[in-house]
Amino acid sequence: MMEQRVILSRRPFSWKRFFLQWEWMLVILFFLVQALNSLLSPYYLDADNLRDATMTFLDKAFIVLPMVLVMILGDIDISVASTVALSSVVMADLYTMGVPMPVAMVIALLVGSLCGFINGLLIVKFKELSSVIVTLSTMIIYRGIAYMILEDQAAGKFPEWFSFLGWGYVGGVPFILIVFAVFAFAFTLLLHRTTFGRYVYAMGNNMTASRFSGVQVDKIRIIVFTLTGLFAAVTALFLTSRMGSTRPNVATGYELDVIAMVVLGGISTSGGRGRMIGAILAVFLVGYLRYGLGLVNVPAQLMLVIIGLLLVFAVLMPKLRPGTGKSGRSV
Amino acid sequence: MQLSAKIAKFRELGLLGFIVVLSVFIQLRNPNFLTLENINDLLTNTAILSILAVGMMLVIVTRGIDLSIGATLALSGMIASMTVKAYPSIHPLLAILEGTLVGTVCGALLGVLVARGGVLPIIATLGMMNVYRGLTFMVSDGKWVSAHEMPDSFKGIATGSAFGINTLVLIAILIYVVMFYFVNYTRTGRQIYAVGSNPESAQISGISNARILWLVYTIMGGLAGLSGVLWVSKFASAQGDTAMGYEMSVIAACVLGGVSIAGGSGKISGVILGSILLGILNNALPLIDVSPFWQTAIQGSIILVAVIVNVLVKRGVDRNHLLRRSI
Repeated sequence: MMEQRVILSRRPFSWKRFFLQWEWMLVILFFLVQALNSLLSPYYLDADNLRDATMTFLDKAFIVLPMVLVMILGDIDISVASTVALSSVVMADLYTMGVPMPVAMVIALLVGSLCGFINGLLIVKFKELSSVIVTLSTMIIYRGIAYMILEDQAAGKFPEWFSFLGWGYVGGVPFILIVFAVFAFAFTLLLHRTTFGRYVYAMGNNMTASRFSGVQVDKIRIIVFTLTGLFAAVTALFLTSRMGSTRPNVATGYELDVIAMVVLGGISTSGGRGRMIGAILAVFLVGYLRYGLGLVNVPAQLMLVIIGLLLVFAVLMPKLRPGTGKSGRSV
Repeated sequence: MQLSAKIAKFRELGLLGFIVVLSVFIQLRNPNFLTLENINDLLTNTAILSILAVGMMLVIVTRGIDLSIGATLALSGMIASMTVKAYPSIHPLLAILEGTLVGTVCGALLGVLVARGGVLPIIATLGMMNVYRGLTFMVSDGKWVSAHEMPDSFKGIATGSAFGINTLVLIAILIYVVMFYFVNYTRTGRQIYAVGSNPESAQISGISNARILWLVYTIMGGLAGLSGVLWVSKFASAQGDTAMGYEMSVIAACVLGGVSIAGGSGKISGVILGSILLGILNNALPLIDVSPFWQTAIQGSIILVAVIVNVLVKRGVDRNHLLRRSI
């Protein structure tokens, strides 16, 4: 089976291709999960319940958005969970020291951005190092600094209004859902409707060619990693608000969840391919799956196994499909 | 000759020198450091790390990374200790064999994903890490196997000694001798380096890259399984969260020992020194009153500095080669 190799600026529309997209697979899976969950628990299928469930899983979804950019670049960032912990711990520590809460929150966002910026800077300055090893070491360092700050203590006792982030509603809709919708929309525009987004795809497909075409590859890479750090800090705000206190070992394993969602969303691990909408669908797919299984008391350990297998199969899936994978990439 | 090129040439010597200087410094701060007892402790504690590090070296040489070894270690250790709990009369060698087998299966599965499935090592091992960790909790039902449930013969694996040397250290030495021969003097061993330094030309030269990749992850799994049994025997307790995050120390030992993350290079002697250096740091930081809460950050910084130094040295060597060519 030969694939057409003519490259058109805009491919002619075909219904077959429209329905053969990975995103439809996610939609089908999404409804399968909903069906499974309502079979498992009679209390599941209820508008209020479905709405409130989003509050339980959307905190880490903020990292998914920039992580899509990171992985389209062909990079990876496994330090995000530690960045969450560090931002959260710094915020809590500053607040207990008497810094006003809004200031502490802003500083937490700055700390997150700084963590991301350092990752980006190291990756750009030492091109021989892959993002794997750089973020692996910063993952240990950031978590380590969190331990240095709080040791084995927990910090909390935040002002009353802070819990609004994680628990509040605006017009009957969870606040976190609204914020996520806004950011998801913004990131979709950023990736698919701006020059910046096109550059990200170009760099993911061929970093060298992009550089010679005049794309400021270093700058874009640093921006993408800084965004990832910033949104890890956003996650830290919502997570800390929801839990009411924080510890240095908070958010352990978030990097796996986030990467699993991005990969499941159809973003290629070798870069250059994938769409924002896929990752957003994956957030809700994995979120509801976890929530539903949690309702029927599936132990957390089994959940680990399921998410791990999901990640591996999501990566394997496109390789098992005939026609793609080895025979070149179809964008 | 450039300084960095000199460093590259005498890397092992430099590392050794650094270890000596560090030891002297620690000894000045705390005279209990260089006592026979503490050195014995130190070596025993480093043995497991160094066994894992040699496996990790093979993985990193093929441009991969294995984050699942902590979980594989826990799973094998848990299964082995549950076996000895159920059948206390079992010979400890059988328990070791069982753990190694479990680890080998875990590693082989991972190898299939990486070698045949073409999954990126970081993704595959991150996924399987959670699968194996989850399985550890599930087979044990979240319970621990504690010291009083293990027969003395099993605990004796780690506490026993021959010729005055602890068994763990002996096992580590044995593995190092075998691996030294394997990577330097066998065809397959050399092929691992070939695949790591240039996968395309290795494939064209008739090496089956998939077979080599599968092999290194299987060896890594087997060593992790063996270490699992040694670990639970040493600490006389098997828990669901055994060795969580230990993969980072192992990677650190490799990187310190000069194994290049870009693949293709790494020496057994370097890995030994890297493990010992890390072992000294773990052992000595509490001795010189460094808060245990600082250790994570220190370890992370050491990894980062080590990889950056490796890069700078590499750059110097490359520049040197270019200079020589232009003459």
